Amino acid sequence: MSKSLVTGNLAAARTLAAAGEANRAALGCCAGAYPITPQTEIIEHLRGCEFSKGRVVAVESEHSAMAVCMGASLAGARTFTASSSNGLAYMVENIFAAGYYRLPIVMIAVNRTLGPPWNIWVDQGDSLMFRDAAWLQFYCDSHQDLADTILLAFRVAEDEQILLPVIVAMDGFVTSHTTMVVDLPDQAKVDAYLPKCNVPHRLSHAHPSTIGGLTWPRETELHRHEIQQSMERVPAVLATAIDEFELVFERRPAGILEAKCTEDAETVVIACNTMARTLGDVVKARREGGEKIGMVRTKMFRPFPREELIAAIGSAKRVAVLDRNHSPGSGGIFWQEIAATLRERPDVLLQDYVVGLGGGDVTPAMIGEIIDDLNQRSQSTAPIWKEAAA
Amino acid sequence: MSCETKQNQERAYCDYLLRPGNTNCAGCGMSIALQWLDSALGDEKPTLVIPACCGIVTAGAFPTSGYGVPTAASTFAAAAAVATGISAVAKMNDDPHPVVCWAGDGGTYDIGIATLSAAAERNEDIIYICYDNEIYGNTGGQRSSATPEGVVTTTTASGKGERKKDIMAIMAAHRIPYAATLSVAHCEDFIRKIKLARSMTGFRFLLILSPCPTGWKSEPEQSTELIGTAVRSGLFPLYEIFEGSRYRINERPDGTPLEEYVKQQRRYKNVAAHLDPLKNFRDEQWRYLDGMVKAFPATEEDGG
Ligand SMILES: Cc1ncc(C[n+]2csc(CCOP(=O)(O)OP(=O)(O)O)c2C)c(N)n1
Ligand code: SF4
Repeated sequence: MSKSLVTGNLAAARTLAAAGEANRAALGCCAGAYPITPQTEIIEHLRGCEFSKGRVVAVESEHSAMAVCMGASLAGARTFTASSSNGLAYMVENIFAAGYYRLPIVMIAVNRTLGPPWNIWVDQGDSLMFRDAAWLQFYCDSHQDLADTILLAFRVAEDEQILLPVIVAMDGFVTSHTTMVVDLPDQAKVDAYLPKCNVPHRLSHAHPSTIGGLTWPRETELHRHEIQQSMERVPAVLATAIDEFELVFERRPAGILEAKCTEDAETVVIACNTMARTLGDVVKARREGGEKIGMVRTKMFRPFPREELIAAIGSAKRVAVLDRNHSPGSGGIFWQEIAATLRERPDVLLQDYVVGLGGGDVTPAMIGEIIDDLNQRSQSTAPIWKEAAA
Repeated sequence: MSCETKQNQERAYCDYLLRPGNTNCAGCGMSIALQWLDSALGDEKPTLVIPACCGIVTAGAFPTSGYGVPTAASTFAAAAAVATGISAVAKMNDDPHPVVCWAGDGGTYDIGIATLSAAAERNEDIIYICYDNEIYGNTGGQRSSATPEGVVTTTTASGKGERKKDIMAIMAAHRIPYAATLSVAHCEDFIRKIKLARSMTGFRFLLILSPCPTGWKSEPEQSTELIGTAVRSGLFPLYEIFEGSRYRINERPDGTPLEEYVKQQRRYKNVAAHLDPLKNFRDEQWRYLDGMVKAFPATEEDGG
């Protein structure tokens, strides 16, 4: 374990590189790489890495970056890439293809607002666009969480019970461009933690098959159903991956979600990424003031952790969701999922707050106002836009 | 079915690149070209990457496949990039099987051209083969930038107003090791070019004029003959470009009139009466090629 003072981008890039290098005893690693702010530092670093058995291809577009990953993964190698915002939007077709091909690709999404208008700051709407794309999604609240989650992601993605790609998301600039002290894993420990990557349906001359061709409706439905079943196995596989992570790295990363002070809470606020850290400070201060308040950081968004979320909310009467993303014509995307989940709890007053779009600061004071608003509500209303309403 | 036939079919089913039971239309150029590709490569079975096009429908539906070699169906624009990943992993693991893209003109001249250009610029170790039927066959026959001027398609009802794109010049401009045009009416030349391409490393681009009776509104049994006429009349010259800078012409026109080519295809029905634009296209093409061969001839070292 080596403590390093690094940016979020560098923490991600070094961890990806270590994971790639760890597969040198198998078929190696390969990535397609294309720059976009605020992700660029990741691919610059990867291009500079010397792998024992690996190649990072500097392609002409994100569509091709994902296509190179698909080709390499179909050939059996460990694969990864990174993108943001419009880069992710440009990649869409191949993101869906990678999920449906069931390729264990790990992609870093450095969350950034989709343009136009052009804005390079954080907004989770870019990666949330892939909620229906057969990818797992994890949202990280710190540099350390990011590095650890990348290793978990490879473990889960490549597990033969899962075989699905994973998005590991961080906040643009707030995480990607700030520096923190991070325990970056030693190569030997990554070697010990990650088994050889095995893509069982890879292209093979011993058993020639056609991958991704035509299917009839029934086979197509079976294929989608198998993906759903794999998604349902994720919590158990993730739990094992975390247990073994702890054995190797002597640290226990968060998995599905993190609940704080929720046992007896009457009010619970839900957020993801770095917003959840600010929220954590506010909740702590209010608890000290005697309020029955708790919080949940949603880390895993796909598969969506319905049972875990219901359990985490406990007996709360009021729940607020902070959404740094927005689906026009509906509301915050986390809120939509949570609302669907809380149908089982009709007694809970659920309110969505759209905050910090385009990278606006979500301050402790703002979160305080939201909690006050929630606490005096007798019923919920349409998603409340904090900035627009102010 | 006799026992012997059945056994033969089973063997055929396993061994051949293009298996019986594939879904190609009768008289499709792909049926000839894929078999010749197979025999030219011999034991060095390729790994195929096929984007959306008739070529992937050829496989038929899961769980069977018309392809007897490992085949990845890529998204429409992505063949050369998917092949890049496969070829990179093959290289680092000393896997000798050549990686071959098999793409239509839509996936090559149109939607896939950025991907193709980038893979060529990186000189990836890929044999990229475009079977050019001058139309979007899979979606029922719409224009592409490979459709010749005047041709009627479902999106050019009164004949296409623009001329065919010169993809060979575009590929030559990338200075790739090898680019060549291939005809399904010229077996020896076809096989020689595949073998020559196979003997090189880096990005190799092969363009096949691929008859499509369904889209061309021609008779299936005339497919090879049609392509022979396209070559002899000079409309589809057979030539090779080495490193994008040395040219070799393989066969010169023999005076066969263009009329013979167009009259057998109802897609040319609007052109038949006024062939001048097509003749000009052909003549200009030859002026350009002759000029290039004169100024930049291939040498003996270029092989083949
Ligand atoms: C992104 C995308 N756009 C459109 C299509 C629909 N589509 C499938 S094949 C095809 C045309 C293929 O034409 P070509 O490459 O010339 O091959 P052919 O079918 O003629 O063999 C189109 C438009 C698609 N599959 N993907
Ligand atoms: S439509 Fe044309 S290219 Fe497609 S399979 Fe039929 S003949 Fe071949």
